[in-house]
Amino acid sequence: MPILVPDINLRIIAPALIVTVTAIVVLLGELVTPAERKRWLGYLSIAGLVVAAFAAFSLWGANASGFSGMVVADNFGLFLTLTIALSAALSILLSIPFIHAHEIDQGEYYVLLLASVAGMIVMATATDLIVIFLGLELLSLPLYILAAFQREDTRSLEAGIKYFLLGAFSSAFFLYGIALVFGATGTTNLAKIAASLAQSAGSPMLSIGVGLLMVGFAFKVALVPFHWWTPDVYDGAPTTVTAFMSVAVKAAAFGAFFRTFQFALPALALDWRAVAAVLAVLTMTLGNVAALLQSNVKRMLAYSSIAHAGYILIALVAMSANGLSSALFYLLAYTVTNLGAFGAVIALSDGARERLEIKDFAGAAREHPLVALALTICLLSLAGFPPFAGFVGKFLIFGAAVETGWAWLAVIGVLNSLVSVYFYLRPVVQMYMSEPAEGWSGIRVAPLVALALLIAVISVIALGVFPAPAIALAAGGLIR
Amino acid sequence: MPIDYLPILVMVVVVVAFAAIALTLSSLTGPRHPTAAKLEPYESGMPPFGSARRRISIKYYLTAVLFILFDIEIIFFYPWAVLFRQLKLFGLVEMGVFVLILLIGYVYVWRKGGFNWD
Repeated sequence: MPILVPDINLRIIAPALIVTVTAIVVLLGELVTPAERKRWLGYLSIAGLVVAAFAAFSLWGANASGFSGMVVADNFGLFLTLTIALSAALSILLSIPFIHAHEIDQGEYYVLLLASVAGMIVMATATDLIVIFLGLELLSLPLYILAAFQREDTRSLEAGIKYFLLGAFSSAFFLYGIALVFGATGTTNLAKIAASLAQSAGSPMLSIGVGLLMVGFAFKVALVPFHWWTPDVYDGAPTTVTAFMSVAVKAAAFGAFFRTFQFALPALALDWRAVAAVLAVLTMTLGNVAALLQSNVKRMLAYSSIAHAGYILIALVAMSANGLSSALFYLLAYTVTNLGAFGAVIALSDGARERLEIKDFAGAAREHPLVALALTICLLSLAGFPPFAGFVGKFLIFGAAVETGWAWLAVIGVLNSLVSVYFYLRPVVQMYMSEPAEGWSGIRVAPLVALALLIAVISVIALGVFPAPAIALAAGGLIR
Repeated sequence: MPIDYLPILVMVVVVVAFAAIALTLSSLTGPRHPTAAKLEPYESGMPPFGSARRRISIKYYLTAVLFILFDIEIIFFYPWAVLFRQLKLFGLVEMGVFVLILLIGYVYVWRKGGFNWD
């Protein structure tokens, strides 16, 4: 029997390859770099991400597929690749001073982060359930370790263990879903699943498989009721890792989520859109209501990230071209906004001592007016105020929902945004209207953190004021 | 179709019935001479001593993980070796890349002192 060698098309996986090679080089660099020069490994990682982003940009519009239709370089995947690379680069900028202050500056930190990025890119560009699973595992395993990277801190270890156990559990669900879908359709290729569904309406086995796939994705993007790990993991993990996890994992997992459901399963007899709509309502409502009750900024942002996953799910329910592009835009907007918010929280920390309680922010505006302004802008953007990126993102998503007859879902989304204003403004009120807390004097904001914050805030404002170019890019991101 | 799986069901029934019959018959008809030696958990093994919940050095853990890591890779060599002629130069290059990445991991573990016992 002749062996079927798949069509090797290294060009279309160039971004993931470049990130992988960078990770390997950083791993070797870790062996020869003395302790006081570890930050150069961070710069090297950023350089690799920039090259990967250029590779992704050069593929724009190529719409090529390879490896027997398992991986594709379409604009949808490339947009997500760019978003993921941006979030990783900003996270590393925040991480270099952060892990130094916490005495965990080891090259392995960057290696794991880059490995996770490679997995995310694979997941966002995969068109086969097995490759999606491969990307899912590759992105998850390094994150389990990164969550527990502060080895001396029991809460960080707890976060790592919790994330690992629940993540492994969700992977099992996902894999079982793949098995059942394969049993029902005879293929794991998304295009072939779509073709097989066009001929027959599907079977109970397929419906159960699709349900399990949805559970697997829901775990990764933290949809209610599969969100229980999120607050504890986001709270315990090192703040920079939380920042990275909260944005990049969502971009990658939602990418595969949209590709699988909107592209492969539109003709499924079972109405998964109704299920997704219910999940979206639950996720938005519970995320926002729980965030109201938090006194810790990291936990508040964790619940807020749950709520934002709910908003993005509305775009999936809409299941239209506009829904798809609005989700891409929202993911980009959420990435820069949330990284900005976490960056400001990191900027306000005092060396290894972090200020994570909302009441600790009292009077920050007097001591650090620029950081306070940046945090205010990012929180307003998360709440969906114009003229910031979050507003445009919400506007596009709710617009897509109304267009396709899901107006009631959009109304619930708007109501939820109103609720969220209260808790997003609490740190702002503390910063501007309270007497300064003690210990503000002598805090220097690290230049790299300031740079990351500047990039994030400029992006938040630019995406809010001139959203047209980014919307145009996202609109070109039709799934191939 | 579920009917296609009928032979498997038949086999399961036969296996369970065979085991049940064999065990029941031997316990009903076999001779019984219990001695102290026969009642030990392992008839020809070492007599058990101490508690099974002893503390074991964490170093074994690292050794075991590294063993699994490099042992599993061997599995990929078998199909490659079988199909080596058909894969031609492509297979050789791919395996070279694979081995190179493994080697980097090996160098990393080595330089980090992963093989040191003390």
